Formats: sequence, structure tokens, C-alpha cells
Amino acid sequence: MINIQEKLFQNRYRVDDGRPHIRIRNPEICTEDCQSQACTYACPAACYTLEGKAVTLTTDGCLECGTCRIICSEHQNVDWAYPRGGHGILFKFG
Amino acid sequence: MTEKFDAIVVGAGPAGNAAAYTLASAGLKVLQLERGETPGTKNVQGAILYSDALERIIPDFRNEAPLERHIIEQRMWVLDDDSAIGTSYRSEAFSSDRPNRYTILRAPFDRWFSEKVRAAGALVICETTVTELLQEGGRVVGVRTDREEGDIYADVVILADGVNSLLARKAGFHGELDPRNVALAVKEIHFLPEETLQGRFNIKGSEGVVIEIAGAVTHGMVGTAFLYTNRESITLGIGCLLSDFKKTRVPPYALLEELKQHPAIAPLIEGGEMKEYAAHLIPEGGYKAIPKLYGEGWMIVGDSAGLVNAAHREGSNLAMTSGRIAAETVIALHGKGLPCSQENLAVYRAALDESFVMKDLKKYRELPEVLHGNPHFFSVYPKLFNRAAHTMLTVDGEDKHSKEKTVRRSFVEQRSLLGLMGDAYRMWRATR
Ligand SMILES: Cc1cc2nc3c(=O)[nH]c(=O)nc-3n(C[C@H](O)[C@H](O)[C@H](O)COP(=O)(O)OP(=O)(O)OC[C@H]3O[C@@H](n4cnc5c(N)ncnc54)[C@H](O)[C@@H]3O)c2cc1C
Ligand code: SF4
Ligand code: SF4
Repeated sequence: MINIQEKLFQNRYRVDDGRPHIRIRNPEICTEDCQSQACTYACPAACYTLEGKAVTLTTDGCLECGTCRIICSEHQNVDWAYPRGGHGILFKFG
Repeated sequence: MTEKFDAIVVGAGPAGNAAAYTLASAGLKVLQLERGETPGTKNVQGAILYSDALERIIPDFRNEAPLERHIIEQRMWVLDDDSAIGTSYRSEAFSSDRPNRYTILRAPFDRWFSEKVRAAGALVICETTVTELLQEGGRVVGVRTDREEGDIYADVVILADGVNSLLARKAGFHGELDPRNVALAVKEIHFLPEETLQGRFNIKGSEGVVIEIAGAVTHGMVGTAFLYTNRESITLGIGCLLSDFKKTRVPPYALLEELKQHPAIAPLIEGGEMKEYAAHLIPEGGYKAIPKLYGEGWMIVGDSAGLVNAAHREGSNLAMTSGRIAAETVIALHGKGLPCSQENLAVYRAALDESFVMKDLKKYRELPEVLHGNPHFFSVYPKLFNRAAHTMLTVDGEDKHSKEKTVRRSFVEQRSLLGLMGDAYRMWRATR
């Protein structure tokens, strides 16, 4: 098992508390309709976790790549925006 | 803010900085907006900087830009599970007083470039996300930001907002990226003492080595990996198409871990301290996926326009060049007192077509399709090449004729003679 948290721990973030910039539009679509649940393995920061069939999103470690929005192409169930200016990931090296 | 600008540039990556710098240097009133705390804090690259594109904008950049190493050697490796076959090119000629390629770190590099933009006279505002384009009667007239009273107006808006290109999508200028046309790359940076690094890569001073990698590490997905030397660190990463990640269900960080553990890679990063993990998308649809590049009062440059030559891992230079050409288009119109209408901005596309940007993208226009249709390029061939090398290099009493026969048989068994010829033909067609 790779500990993704250990990787993300090296990064600098300014989290916009209480204002997640990405949202699952309809959680029922994830549980009932989505075959692939691709967000749960393709997100490079493992922000989407699977509990049973339900998908939970926690954006704190988000790298703002855009993968989850594009990979959810069949259901377009990801409401995706950049964080407010100055918030989110702060790459030191990039 | 009620004042009006000659131009608003959204984004302070290489495309936006090239555009804003060129516009401001010509005396235009420019506003540049960037969502990061400082320019660069949102940006990720390998990163190789190609001197030529920057030199055309800032001729003496070498005296002041934060450069890591100038590249004197390029290696290309094709990996199997526990072996590697490859080629390399190394030359003293790359150590001239004007080296052609450097490794950089995007965060400090973008910050430096942005200081040049400010010094040229542009107003640069960070920590500000543009949320949408303001339109009046089918014309873009400005932008809305996430700041209070954040509407700002200009004669033209240059969209240099990177691969996700949310603003143009929201305005309906183009649709969502196809997962087949975009790669996700993950990378890490590992710090090592400078002498250790120089010893491992057989380099001195600020000489650098870059390694481009294909084969088993991508699990057969369309993608490549890379390892670049910086002054006191190594960046290594791996990227594959989103459509392939969806198929294989391999998490991107799992690929990165396997890459780090590969016997050809592990000794190079041994003992390094990992200080950052990053991820970013790369538009790889090429020429056929390029959207409309201009309209009434707007232009789109760099990754936002999909201007990446994936076959050669070039993006930042296409970004800078498109940013510069877009700016030159606006400067010329401004000088003649002409509006930035769709008709007048057509010059931008025409000038891009004449540059290496579109010529190169056009040359490789069939490549994305060919790679989709021939996944064995990334699975079967790496194995075959490695095994062929193994057979030929193992001295075990078997004569060389028989060894060659074994190798030939292994290729034909895997791909058939027709298949091999077809592959060669398809690759030739896709890259001619
Ligand atoms: C892993 C990896 C390796 C690469 N290696 C190389 C390489 O070795 N050589 C090379 O030439 N190219 C390489 N590329 C490609 C290169 O990084 C890109 O082509 C280049 O960064 C594109 O520049 P850009 O200015 O168009 O976009 P970006 O660099 O992405 O800049 C966009 C800017 O816009 C800002 N922004 C976005 N939206 C908004 C908004 N709404 N409001 C305000 N600001 C906004 C962002 O914060 C960012 O600063 C690589 C890419 C990756 C991911
Ligand atoms: S891919 Fe989309 S629909 Fe499927 S689980 Fe993820 S967010 Fe839900
Ligand atoms: S944008 Fe990227 S890092 Fe953030 S949640 Fe989506 S896939 Fe994960």
C-alpha cells in the first residue's frame, strides 16, 4: 500500500476552510449509475475515497489538476472550479 | 476598478508572461491576473526550458533567470520489468556560452519571469481567480474576478490560463477535453548533495543530464516517464493518457512508486530527500484537437489552446511563442488604431501557422490516433527490444547466428511479419 498522505505531507497548502472548490453534483449517481468510479483511482491525491459503493470527496490535498472533472465524462457529475485566489496548493518547486 | 486596459492577460505561466511582457514593453496598458499566491505556485513542468523561445523575448535571460543545469546529455531508455535498453547523445557543443536547453524549477522561474513583466510596466495582480469572461453583444469586453467589485474591462483578453481552460469552456468557445487527448503526469523532486549528483551522472559544474523513459513502467498505457537533473535535486515523473488510466485502473502514484523502484532508476535517486509531490495535465491531442484560437475581443495561447508537441515533450516554448505572437498581433492593431475584432485577430492564427508551433504540430497530426490504435508500441516492443539485447549480450556458448534467429523469431511470434511492417509504416506516416 502506498501512503499517499506521506507524499502530500511534503506539500504546502493554504486550505480555504469550509469552501471546497470541487463538489460531487449528485452522490446518488456515483453509487447507483457510475460503473467505473474512475475518480477513486485516477485522482493523483486520492481525494475521492470509496466506502462500500459510496464516494466521498475531501479536497484538502487537491493538486488542482482537473483529472476528476475530465475522467467523469459519462456522468459529468463533478462540479469543478479553481479555489479562490491565493488558496489551495502552493508549489515550492513545481 | 473602472479604468480600462489595452489588454488583460489571464495567467502568469510562460504563455501569459510572454504575452504580458511583450505588450508592456511596447508601451501598452496591460493588466495580468494570476490566481496563485505568486506566479509559479500553481505550475508544474518537467522541466526543460528551450532557450530559443525565451531568447526571442528576453535576449539576455541567461544572466539573471534561475536556471538549474544546462543539458549536455540526453538519454532515451526503454524499460522492461528489470532491465533497460537505450541510447544517448552527449556533446561538448552543448556547453557553449549560449546553451540550447536548461533544466528549471517552475516556481522560481515563473516568479523571475513575472518580475520582468512588472519591470516592463504591466500591472500584475496575484491571488485573484478570474471566474468568467464579460461579454457584450457577442464581444468579450473584460473579465470577472473573485475579488469584490472585481469586473475589469479591456480592448482584448488574452487567455493564458493553462490546460483546463475553464474560461473559454464556460464562454462556449470550445468543449471539454476528451480523456483520450490529455495526459496526467505525477512527479516528485528529490534533493541530493551536488557532488553526489555530479558523480552519479558523470557531469561537472552546471552540466546536466536528462533521461526520457518508455516501456514497462507505464503498464502498457500510452505514456512516458522522465528523470531530469537539477542543481541539487532530481525531478522524476510519469504521465499517461487519462483514457488509459480509466482502463487500467492503476493509480498514478502507484506508477510513480514503481518507477522509483525500477533497478535502473533506484540507484540514481538513492538517499535523496523527497520534498514535493505534484500532478498536472498535459494536452496531447495535437493539431487536430486545437480549438478556435481567437474571436471578438479574445485570444487563447499556450496550453489553454492545446499547443503542446507531446512527441518532443515541448510545451513551454510553444506557450511562450504563442503568447509573444498574440501580443505582437495586438500591438500592431493598437498602432494602427484598429479594434481587436475577430476579423483583425485572424493575423494571430496566420502568424502561428507560419511559425514552428503549427508546423511541428501539423507534422505529428496523425500521431495521437496511431498511438491509440497501437497499444503494443508501449507494451510488446519494450519487452522485445530488452529481450533481444539480453540474448545478444549473453555469452553462453550459443553461436551468434542462432541467437539472431531467436531474436527474429521472438519478434515475428509477437507481431507477425506483416504486423511489424505495418507498425513501421504507421510510425513513419505519423511522424513524417
Ligand atoms: C509533468 C510535465 C512535464 C513537462 N515538461 C515539459 C518540458 O520539459 N518542457 C516544456 O517545454 N514543456 C513541458 N511541459 C509542458 C509545459 O509545462 C506547458 O506547456 C506550459 O507550462 C504551458 O504554459 P501556459 O502558460 O500555457 O500554462 P501554465 O503554465 O499552466 O500557466 C497557466 C497560469 O494561469 C493561471 N490561471 C489559470 N486559471 C486562472 C484563472 N481563472 N484566473 C487567474 N489565473 C489563472 C495558473 O495559475 C497558471 O499560473 C510539461 C508539462 C508537465 C505537466
Ligand atoms: S467518476 Fe463521476 S460519477 Fe463516477 S464516482 Fe466519480 S464523481 Fe461519481
Ligand atoms: S483536481 Fe486532481 S487532485 Fe484535485 S480532486 Fe480532482 S483529480 Fe484529485
